[in-house]
Amino acid sequence: MRYSAFSVFLNALRGNKGWNPAWRSPVPKNRYDVIIVGGGGHGLATAYYLAKEFGVTNVAVLEKGYIGSGNVGRNTTIIRSNYLLQGNNPFYELSMKLWEGLEQDFNFNAMVSQRGVLNLYHSDAQRDAYTRRGNAMRLHGVDADLLDRNAVRQMLPFLDFDNARFPIQGALMQKRGGTVRHDAVAWGYARGADTRGVDIIQNCEVTGIRRENGRVVGVDTSQGFIGCGKLALAAAGNSTSVADMVDMKLPIESHVLQAFVSEGLKPFIDNVVTFGAGHFYVSQSDKGGLVFGGDIDGYNSYAQRGNLATVEHVAEAGVAMIPALSRVRVLRSWGGVMDMSMDGSPIIDRTHIDNLYLNAGWCYGGFKATPASGFCYAHLIAKNEPHETGRAFRLDRFARGRMIDEKGVGSQPNLH
Amino acid sequence: MASLIACPHCGPRPKEEFTVRGDAGITRPAPDAREDAWYAYVYLRDNPRGRHKEHWHHTSGCRRWLIVERDTVTHAVYAVTDAAAQGETA
Repeated sequence: MRYSAFSVFLNALRGNKGWNPAWRSPVPKNRYDVIIVGGGGHGLATAYYLAKEFGVTNVAVLEKGYIGSGNVGRNTTIIRSNYLLQGNNPFYELSMKLWEGLEQDFNFNAMVSQRGVLNLYHSDAQRDAYTRRGNAMRLHGVDADLLDRNAVRQMLPFLDFDNARFPIQGALMQKRGGTVRHDAVAWGYARGADTRGVDIIQNCEVTGIRRENGRVVGVDTSQGFIGCGKLALAAAGNSTSVADMVDMKLPIESHVLQAFVSEGLKPFIDNVVTFGAGHFYVSQSDKGGLVFGGDIDGYNSYAQRGNLATVEHVAEAGVAMIPALSRVRVLRSWGGVMDMSMDGSPIIDRTHIDNLYLNAGWCYGGFKATPASGFCYAHLIAKNEPHETGRAFRLDRFARGRMIDEKGVGSQPNLH
Repeated sequence: MASLIACPHCGPRPKEEFTVRGDAGITRPAPDAREDAWYAYVYLRDNPRGRHKEHWHHTSGCRRWLIVERDTVTHAVYAVTDAAAQGETA
């Protein structure tokens, strides 16, 4: 069924009895042309674009939990394309353009809200660095505005502008950045893929990858063996565990990142704001809760929960930026497992096995990349050639010295 | 993660006093080792699900390098030893 204002109206008249599940729960077939391991945002987007853009519809997405249980439902919902480096910038801008047309494209209300992303700067040096980033963005055709202190004060008067240690001098703003309702992204892609013939199989954990003559022939799962023509990994924080099944060692460590939501408040923060003196980012959801987060905890972890020391650190950074936060009560906090790569940038590439593809290493920037990641990965799987905007995300770039290190901290994943 | 780390020199100390460097299982290759050995040392990680040894620095304490053995799923800490005591360098 196509969703529209009319369908909402009609179903309201009929007592809302006409709504059907948004996707099927099929029994897995014996064999698929493509199997995608991981039913997160990236896996579902990949399936969607494979079916819609590349005509590959005999596809299964295998998800060990349920749709929306992983990082796609655990992030702080921010979208932006304010990157400095050449390999990153066009890719994230493709993602932004796909976000801008996404709801019409997959006929689902994802509440894409381009409310603007502001990165605060607190020193002359930081202003210069942001100026450079803004200029790089503009050279790539991305919108960027450098705001001075007064311009920021007019938008966000409650910030601590005269903080003794980190006075706010201004901000780099991307007006087209903003937030998207993350669950709806998973549901919209799942529904769009399902209606085009993709089988979404939940509670189906991959336990082994079978190979014959150097090629993948299928996967062993908790629901039995399923054969495939091509196998595409999109397992995020569990990428190492899946790659271990084919003896592939990855330049990835799994770390836990926490996020938080406060009690509902009246409209207060209109944009996404990030603190330049510590790692803190915040926006306000449509329900009124402040959604915020900070750095990863810093140690390897597969647990979807974090440490109180990081909770304290995030709260301190938040109060340093917005003193009024000291009276806000936190409702919930949670953790997600991040596939931290060694240069802070992702991998979308072929592997040493002909029909095995890898999508991993999204660190904690995977949500904003969901549409472009799905699009580029679908392109790679369907054509066996990388999409032009995803060319730089090669698996062998570490060995070849072509790192894309946006932050410039080297091969130390807990610093990216 | 446990909130206290039992430093062999200082006793149980808050986790915030420590800095995590990362995997203690990798060994620095010889200076004239081949490029692939250096690539593996700098970039490839076992990233185990379960028991894992890491180098932690007691930055705000004795400033010794320690090896913390812990579980990456349950966050239980099994053992904390001085890195030099094992004769390991990285």
